[in-house]
Formats: sequence, C-alpha cells, structure tokens
Amino acid sequence: MYVAVKGGEKAISAAHTWLDETRRGDTALPELSVTQIEQQMALAVDRVMAEGSCHDRFLAALAIKQAKGDLIEAAFLLRAYRTTLPRFGASLPLETTRMQLRRRISATYKDLPGGQVLGPTFDYTHRLLDFALAAEGREAPATPEAPADLAETPRVTEILAREGLMQREELNEAEPGDLTREPLSFPAARPVRLQNLARGDEGFLLALGYSTQRGYGNAHPFVGEIRVGCIGVEIIPPELGFAIDIGDIGITECQMVNQFKGSRTEPAQFTRGYGLVFGHGERRAMSMALVDRGLRARELGEEADAPAQQEEFVLYHSDNIEATGFVEHLKLPHYVDFQSELENLRTIRRTAEAEQREAAE
Amino acid sequence: MTEAGYNFAYLDEATKRMIRRAILKAVAIPGHQIPFGAREMPLPYGWGTGGIQVTASILGPKDVLKVIDQGADDTTNAVSIRRFFTRVAGIATTDATGEASIIQTRHRIPEKPLTENQILVYQVPQPEPLFRLEPHRAETRRLHALADYGLMHVRLYEDIAQLGHIAKAYDYPVMVNERYLMSPSPIPAFDNPKMHHMAALQLFGAGREKRIYAVPPYTAVRSLDFEDHPFRPIRAPQACAICGSTTSYLDELVTDDAGGRAFICSDTDYCQERQQAPKAAAE
Repeated sequence: MYVAVKGGEKAISAAHTWLDETRRGDTALPELSVTQIEQQMALAVDRVMAEGSCHDRFLAALAIKQAKGDLIEAAFLLRAYRTTLPRFGASLPLETTRMQLRRRISATYKDLPGGQVLGPTFDYTHRLLDFALAAEGREAPATPEAPADLAETPRVTEILAREGLMQREELNEAEPGDLTREPLSFPAARPVRLQNLARGDEGFLLALGYSTQRGYGNAHPFVGEIRVGCIGVEIIPPELGFAIDIGDIGITECQMVNQFKGSRTEPAQFTRGYGLVFGHGERRAMSMALVDRGLRARELGEEADAPAQQEEFVLYHSDNIEATGFVEHLKLPHYVDFQSELENLRTIRRTAEAEQREAAE
Repeated sequence: MTEAGYNFAYLDEATKRMIRRAILKAVAIPGHQIPFGAREMPLPYGWGTGGIQVTASILGPKDVLKVIDQGADDTTNAVSIRRFFTRVAGIATTDATGEASIIQTRHRIPEKPLTENQILVYQVPQPEPLFRLEPHRAETRRLHALADYGLMHVRLYEDIAQLGHIAKAYDYPVMVNERYLMSPSPIPAFDNPKMHHMAALQLFGAGREKRIYAVPPYTAVRSLDFEDHPFRPIRAPQACAICGSTTSYLDELVTDDAGGRAFICSDTDYCQERQQAPKAAAE
C-alpha cells in the first residue's frame, strides 16, 4: 500500500547541502569574495541595504553571496539579521544641504547654487554591450578630478519655498513612528508612509510611480533635484547631552516638484513629493517621491481613486519580504484544505446531478 | 545546545514582553484582533512567523513543543520550525499530542482532545475574516466594533441560494463568545467544533499582518450558520487505510494513475497511537 512520503528531516538536510553546492558553482573557477561583491556589485548592495533596511555594505554583500544573487532573498537575510539588533536611539535629522555630493542634478533650473554635478551615472551612456569588459584585466581609466566644493548646497525646493511658490512642510519635532516596532494603522502619518516606501520593493514603487505619470493619479512632476552622496549621522547620547558623529552613510535624495491648484485656504503653489533611500538608488528615490506625492492626494483635497493614491493598498503591498513570503508560501503543503475543497466540490456536483436526474424523471 | 549569540527562543526579552502583553489583551477580549509590533523572523512570511513569535514568547525552558503542519509532525515545514526552536531554545520536542505543553499548528487541530495544561498556537495567514468582502482594514475594524457582520451572513446565504449549502470548506468563520467574528485560520471546517469550549488556551499569530488573537479555555466558538441550514463539518466518507478510523480527518492519496485513491489520517500521531493501541491491548 502507498504510504505518505516521510523523511522531511533528511530531505531538508540534503537540500541545504545541495543548495550550498550550487551556490559555489564550478569549483574550477575562483570563489567570489564578499568584498568583490561589495565593490563591483555596488548598486545591488545598495538595493539590498535599502530593502533590507540596514545600512551595512559588508553584510549586504554577504547576503547577496549567500542568496546566490537573489536580491529579495538577500534583503530578507539582512532584515532577519537587523531585527535582532537593539535599537539604542534615533539619529538627529539629516541635513542634506551638508551632504558630500557625488552627483546633484536639477531638471527645473539650468544652473543653480551648487551647480549641476553629473557624477557617475548611466544616464548618457549608450547601452551597447561592451565586449571589452568580458576580457578581464582591463584597468578602468582614472577619472579627472577637480577640487571639491565644500560649501553647503541649498535645496531647490527651498529656493521655491522662499518665493512662496512651494508649500512648506509642517515642522514636527515628535519622534517619528517606527513600523519595525509598531504595526501600520490607518490613516498612516507621513513619516511612517515614507519609512514604508524607503524600504519598499523597487519594482513595486517604480510601477506605481509610473502609473501616476500615465493618468492614474494625475501627477505633473518635475525633478526639482536629485542628490547622491555621503552624509554624517549624528546622535545625542543621553549621558553626553550633545551630538556626536557616529559615521557616514551613502544616500540618494529626490525632491519632486508637483503642481497644486490651490484650495479655499491656500493659494496655488507647488507641492513636494519626497524620496530618500540608502545608497545610490535614483530610480528608487524618484519612484518613492512620486508615490509619496500620490499618497498626499487626500490631504491636499484631490480626488484619490488611483492605485498609487490608496494608502492601504500601497503601504500593505510595498514590502517585498512580506510579499514574497506570502506568495511563495503557496509552495507549502495545503492538502488538508484541498481535501476539504475536494469533498465540497464533490458534494456540490452530486447535489446538482441529483437535481438534474429528478428534473429529468 | 542553543545557538550562540541569540537570546533564549531567538526574540529579545523586550520583544517577548511586548508580544505577551498583546497576548494578554487578546485573551481578555476573545476573538478580537490585537495589532502588535511583529518582528522579522529568520523564516519567511507565510511559513508561520506569527505562530513562531507567539510560541517564542510563551516558551519556557521546561516546555515540550510539538509542531504540526497539515496534521503531521514530519512535513518539511513542521520539521524546520521544530528544528528552529531546538536550535535557539534547546527545549524538548515531541510528536505525541498528549506529551506536549505547547503545540504549534498550521491548518489542523489534533484529533486527541487537548487539556487545560496545553496551549495550541495557530499560524494564521489572514486574521481578518472579512477581508474578501471588505479589503480595507480601517473599514473592517469599524465593522468589528459595531459587530456588524451582515456582509458575512449575506455571503453564506448567497452560497445556499446558489449551491444549496454553504460552500466554505476551510477557514470557516466563527463567532467567538457571541461577540467577535473570527477566522479560525485555514483549518478544515471539520476542525471547527473542536474549538468550542476547548480546555486548552488557543492563541493565533499572524506575523505578516501583525495581529494576535486568542480564544481562552472553555469559550463558546460557534461556526456561523442558519437555523434551516445548520453547520456541517466536512470529511471524506472513507475509513483510514492504516488505522481504520472513521471519525478522523483524512488525507486523500493518489495511488496510481488509474483513479486509485487511498485515505489516511491527516493527524499522524493520532493514527500511530491507534495502530499501537491494539498491540498494547494484546500484550
């Protein structure tokens, strides 16, 4: 007689071993080091840090190695590590005018204080496969250098705000909510929304942001500015009472400028969509800024019927660790429920057939 | 030996305290969903992170843990979760329902009646019983507050009108303590009656959805139905091919590609105990 498959224990151990083996690939080839990934897969590392919600380039690179390059799996590994760390305080707000910039561009002004800094970007490259890269050993040529401008770079949105054309954000000194400690509740405060978006899935944010440009949300966005670079993080330890710098992190900030028709109480002006993410992630920061503005529709008295404007829909489905878990859990056995469905379906069919027979007689 | 560098049962004590508070609140308001600050776990969402967090929070060094998935102790996910707790808490585990002080389950309630000294922890994918009828949680919260469950009654009525009977085979909604509508988690409707006045404490953890709820011991749990269409638990009408049980919930096995079928107990421990019982009686 057929007996249900046993031996889950053995199967799991063997599967893990096999996984380790496939991770390594062909052993005749040198093994990839974590620092190589950290250096040469830098944008993958940035994405994993952002979605893993933990700024640590080495750990993110390790996660990528362990995950065989599956970036969502890597972000998951990093999250699962992050969650075990104590949270010992909140940093002071980052003053991004003091960022050390590698790249800073504005699409709204040809020139502006601080200038346009193109930086290392794919933007104007021709997307032709570079077969020379396939040959290893080629040294990258040195980039020409100019002395850095150490002056603070004012924000474009601030330039507009001084003229009264950009809506000012309400100052809020309260400690922002933390969705790693408190579950979402609705309506969600903007800091919580932004925290959710900052670690949301890049593809999801991109598609939602894109939809607002295509008529699902009626956005009229301009890139006020994108800045990419490093910034010091400061905390005030209670026992010291003054701020100390605990290190630099890489970030990308995007401020989108959007039209606003005005209301009875407010004159017509621009409004802001805001994006800030770990590492170098322009697509991500821009998408976040579009979606942030989309989610402000209700607060600004606009119609809010597009997907990107629906707070619950966006915030509950942005997290790819949650999403991938729930989608993939369908792989787990469901035979108990399926059995109940089978019997249910058989009953329905029997009832229908009996009725048909009765009708025929 | 437990895993170095991690607290007993993985979660730090502050997190456990937060979860225990949510559990206490849940016990105080049977069937009501309590939001809690669910943590990321090293197992994926959908694999039982809610149940794992609840178990981790109530687990003590002397507890004996049983983990089942689809009623069985040897399904891969049950093995993996049991291993996780052995690794991070070093506690004793068992397959025997009667020997466990905590039973974590996905999709089943053991056939053997549980006692006051046991806790049943359910893994819950979707704590909101109304979610297919009203996706907005802000709105479902309001419906629960008003005990306005008309939507669900209409849904069940529509089944009767269209199919002649209620066609919900699992995750069959229940009223707890005649106040809150609750998802029993995707257990087969067959298991629902076991929840009613159960001696053991029943805890429900939904990690991804960040909700905990509970049914305290000896609480009324009523499967929704109508006077002229009473609730009917569903089970395959066969007997177990191994132990012969005609009352346990059965898994259907496809034995060949010519339509051959066999039915065996979904609860492997129950089945094994029945197989050994006649032998023990004979000796």
